[in-house]
Amino acid sequence: MLNEYLPILLFIGVASVIGVAPVLLGMVLGPHKPDVYKNSPYECGFEAFEDARMKFDVRYYLVAILFILFDLEIAFLFPWAIMLKGDTIGAAGFWAMMLFLSVLVIGFIYEWKKGALEWE
Amino acid sequence: MIIDAWVTELLLPFLGDYAAWAGTFIDLMIKIVAIVLPLMLCVAYLTYAERRVIGAIQLRIGPNRVGAKGLLQPIADALKLLLKEVIIPAEGNRFLFVIAPAISLLAALIAWSVIPFSPEVVLADINAGLLFVLAATSLGVYGVIIAGWASNSKYAFIGCLRSAAQIVSYEIAMGFALVTVLMASGSLNLSAIVNAQAGATFLSWFWLPLLPMFVVYFISGVAETNRAPFDVAEGESEIVAGFHVEYGGMAFAIFFLAEYANMILISALTTLLFLGGWLPPFDFAPFNWVPGAVWFIFKICFLLFCFLWFRATFPRYRYDQIMHLGWKIFIPLTIIWLIVVGLWMRTPLWLW
Repeated sequence: MLNEYLPILLFIGVASVIGVAPVLLGMVLGPHKPDVYKNSPYECGFEAFEDARMKFDVRYYLVAILFILFDLEIAFLFPWAIMLKGDTIGAAGFWAMMLFLSVLVIGFIYEWKKGALEWE
Repeated sequence: MIIDAWVTELLLPFLGDYAAWAGTFIDLMIKIVAIVLPLMLCVAYLTYAERRVIGAIQLRIGPNRVGAKGLLQPIADALKLLLKEVIIPAEGNRFLFVIAPAISLLAALIAWSVIPFSPEVVLADINAGLLFVLAATSLGVYGVIIAGWASNSKYAFIGCLRSAAQIVSYEIAMGFALVTVLMASGSLNLSAIVNAQAGATFLSWFWLPLLPMFVVYFISGVAETNRAPFDVAEGESEIVAGFHVEYGGMAFAIFFLAEYANMILISALTTLLFLGGWLPPFDFAPFNWVPGAVWFIFKICFLLFCFLWFRATFPRYRYDQIMHLGWKIFIPLTIIWLIVVGLWMRTPLWLW
């Protein structure tokens, strides 16, 4: 069982090397002449007014929270979807998930009506 | 497996009991390199293909100077980027700044470990293949977020917020589309999903019963990779280049590679899930004389051409339009089609 996952572990190792090694190689091979203006964050020729880690729109949080909800819902749907073919779980299994989905759809309609999905 | 036994025998006098481990390790490494190396070459030549195809669509020639017909252009680009300075902005987080592109590339590459190229030709034939793919592709958003935050630049920060919100929004629609594929195939294993689509003609592939999901999945894939027409994150006229504005030299090249590797991955997944993977369009001669891997690559190339075609054809969406499309059109559509497929499968009319 775990043997099947060994290639994936090795693949992650190889992929990390491919990601990091060229950057390090570029740092070695490329020139290195830093100065204040080159290293300052890009801001249309101005000097940066303040730190860039500033306040941002709360809607990005909202999108992230909704994403977690829906992604979890998808994770719940996976095992059900696999068992659906061949009618292993029967009508009861099917309608139980429909009930669960309808609860989520009501939530979705609520957030829609509340304007959580509006970007003006 | 032959290499495995051969290496084990060769190392037996030196390593004793560990020879079998070393044999497996070297065997796996050879297989991994045999996947990754051609993939990176494909990525490099996809950038060339993009410039040529868009050039042709816009009645230009495109790159044609370096090597015969410009074929060495990607290599020249890579060399040039390799010799450029990697600038790490002041007050940025150095460590996160360097690993962000690596995370992007990692997310684009690791899913390839479970992709079957033809029957039995797959590195890791795990039974939770699609779950792994879903998890691996979700990692991509971390690269974007970390890059934007570590740069300490306002453009990068705004770009990363927009990109991340867009990527996660479309991921939901993609997830629901995957669920419908699971319902139709009854397995998480990608080889089993392709085998479930086997039939006499291309009508037995899942694109037909899941047609809306096929369209939603591919368009979401375009949005996931931040490609035109959904590339507001790097809208040149507003926030210059989005989350990777501060990156230069090889660090930028890695982001570039990750974007194109993601395009190939999305095309490969669409092919496996909806277009029958390695299956020929008609299961009789001469179509089934062609090896399965050739059909697989042919289908991927067609979808990649669609990526380039979209970029040359469609004007860029506005950000609120992108979010509207993702949340208010794709998600309701996928939920409805999920229920439709569920009901459909309970009737004798389900033929797949």
